[in-house]
Amino acid sequence: MGKLPLRARLATTIGGAAGRVSRLTGRGDGSVIGGVLSLRLEPDLLRLLSAGRQVVLVTGTNGKTTTTRLITAALGALGQPVASNAFGANMEAGLTSALGQARGALFAVLEVDEAYMPAVLQATSARVVVLLNLSRDQMDRAAEIWMVARRWREALAAAPNCRVIANADDPLIVWAAAAAPRVTWVAAGQRWHEDSWCCPECGSHLRRDELGWRCGECTFRRPSARWVLEDSAVIDAVGNVRDLSLALPGRANRSNAVMALAVADFFGADVAQALPRLREVSSVAGRYTQVDRRGRRVRLLLAKNPAGWLEAFDVLAPGSSPVMLSVNAQVPDGRDTSWLWDVDYRVLRGRPVFVTGQRRLDLAVRLEADQVAFELADDIDDVVDRVPPGELDVVANYTAFQQIRAVVGRAS
Amino acid sequence: MAVRPGAGRAGAGRRGPGSLRLVWVYPDLLSTYGDRGNLLVLKRRARLRGIEVESVEVNADEPVPRQGDIYLLGGGEDLPQILAARRLRDDGGLAAVANRGGVIFAVCAGYQLIGSEFGGAEGEPVAGLGIIDISSGRGDRRGVGEIIADVDPALGVPRLTGFENHQGVTRLGPGARPLAKVTVGVGNGDGTEGAYAGRVLGSYLHGPALARNPGLADLLLSWAAGPLPPLDGADEEWARQLREERLAAVTG
Repeated sequence: MGKLPLRARLATTIGGAAGRVSRLTGRGDGSVIGGVLSLRLEPDLLRLLSAGRQVVLVTGTNGKTTTTRLITAALGALGQPVASNAFGANMEAGLTSALGQARGALFAVLEVDEAYMPAVLQATSARVVVLLNLSRDQMDRAAEIWMVARRWREALAAAPNCRVIANADDPLIVWAAAAAPRVTWVAAGQRWHEDSWCCPECGSHLRRDELGWRCGECTFRRPSARWVLEDSAVIDAVGNVRDLSLALPGRANRSNAVMALAVADFFGADVAQALPRLREVSSVAGRYTQVDRRGRRVRLLLAKNPAGWLEAFDVLAPGSSPVMLSVNAQVPDGRDTSWLWDVDYRVLRGRPVFVTGQRRLDLAVRLEADQVAFELADDIDDVVDRVPPGELDVVANYTAFQQIRAVVGRAS
Repeated sequence: MAVRPGAGRAGAGRRGPGSLRLVWVYPDLLSTYGDRGNLLVLKRRARLRGIEVESVEVNADEPVPRQGDIYLLGGGEDLPQILAARRLRDDGGLAAVANRGGVIFAVCAGYQLIGSEFGGAEGEPVAGLGIIDISSGRGDRRGVGEIIADVDPALGVPRLTGFENHQGVTRLGPGARPLAKVTVGVGNGDGTEGAYAGRVLGSYLHGPALARNPGLADLLLSWAAGPLPPLDGADEEWARQLREERLAAVTG
């Protein structure tokens, strides 16, 4: 890391001060406002702050924040400080702010919004890009995902010094990554298939079997993977098998952990030392947090799109414990609730189900169609009062999650 | 005349009286955002009337079955839409269904592709199936948001409420009638929304359009199965509340 030019230093200092004011006055975590101010003073700041660092970009539809957290934890095995936008501020301002706050860190692990990845890759000259998955998400404001994949493909083809670490089980991810000169394929799994039934190369139907997926008409097929998630274990690049035993629940997080280990390994970390650090991560920006509320153990699961809901249902407490579903349709959630119809709710049959949020009537009609019994509720405390002491799992989309979290307390 | 539960129109008799076969065309290419909803709503409302329902999902590498009663087409991105149009033209099944008076309900990208042409990824004209007299092109900007439209009184369906997300502009030829008049939103781009001709009906209300518009679902079912008995109020209650809430939220 060279010395920053004067204007860049000034921009970083002023942005950092604005961020602290924002935090102290309780307006937010300060990373966005600080970054916005800094960038206004020095538009080239992201490039300047990235110079000389080993930058890792993490992108995909689901799991960005968690994977960023896990990679940061895994790189701890190298004993180096790591800069990271740990709270999900994943556009240019949030990235700039994260880098400005950790000027001395050799490593930077940055979660990046899918649409911004090409520009951020160019600005940061990232050493590694992690591609997790691509599925339908907030289509009233986001680009169609085939278009996202196409832009990634072009950006990665133009970044010869970048190592791509990509999920071999997601066909659209493979199509985007295949143009990159250097790829490490990870068999990280894919439960959500609804956005990858046809070949990105030729459009024909993709066939799936125990060996993976392949196009029925052209040569496009799943590449063989160096890293494999096998049930609850990881098989690393040299064939060692280790049980993951994470504190974070669910298949999706095991998948995120394998991606994180592949990144740590690329930078020379010992998997045996990195893995215990992943196991210590038990909550990520309030997600998966278990809080006690009037004798109920409330667990908060953030799920923003159909693939995310599918993964959330995978981690529900076993048995027939109650579930609260909450859906809003503010701008950050997407104004369109059509996606609720892409989720299969039949796994909830037999559990007490409560629906809340601005768009609880959309949920009501949806659950009725799947013959899942449910009750309308006003908010989290209304549900807490109506369930017996014990587990209560809460699945909520973005702003609904924030509202619930504000009520039950910002447990770290 | 009210039809007894279990009675159906003669055409459905091959599978026993009062049964319907729903065909979801190319969910692998044309299912962008909640399109399964239309299938689920039709199934539910048919079954509540004692009509047996069988549904088939046909992928793009399979032939479209000719003997279905109601065919559904959903939304899709530009490239899948173009591929779907090409494969459906080669297959010919959907055109045959339209010719024999089968019911076809197409939304969004599916709506555009049953017309004579539509705009491709760069706006270039792409040939559609030509089974309804409409033609679409690419507009200047995307229409994204809630839409409300009043249905042609000849169809006896309450006003439509839904969500649209498209950049298409659709012109109707003399062989098709507008499905509705737009109150809020974009629709076809000329103040009308959707189109119908015979038993082929298309709309820009995307995804699960029928979830908020059970009256439209019943119209399609009645085209295939004959007049339907009304449903018990309790079976309509959530959909009624959802419609009310959405219409109030959008009209203010």
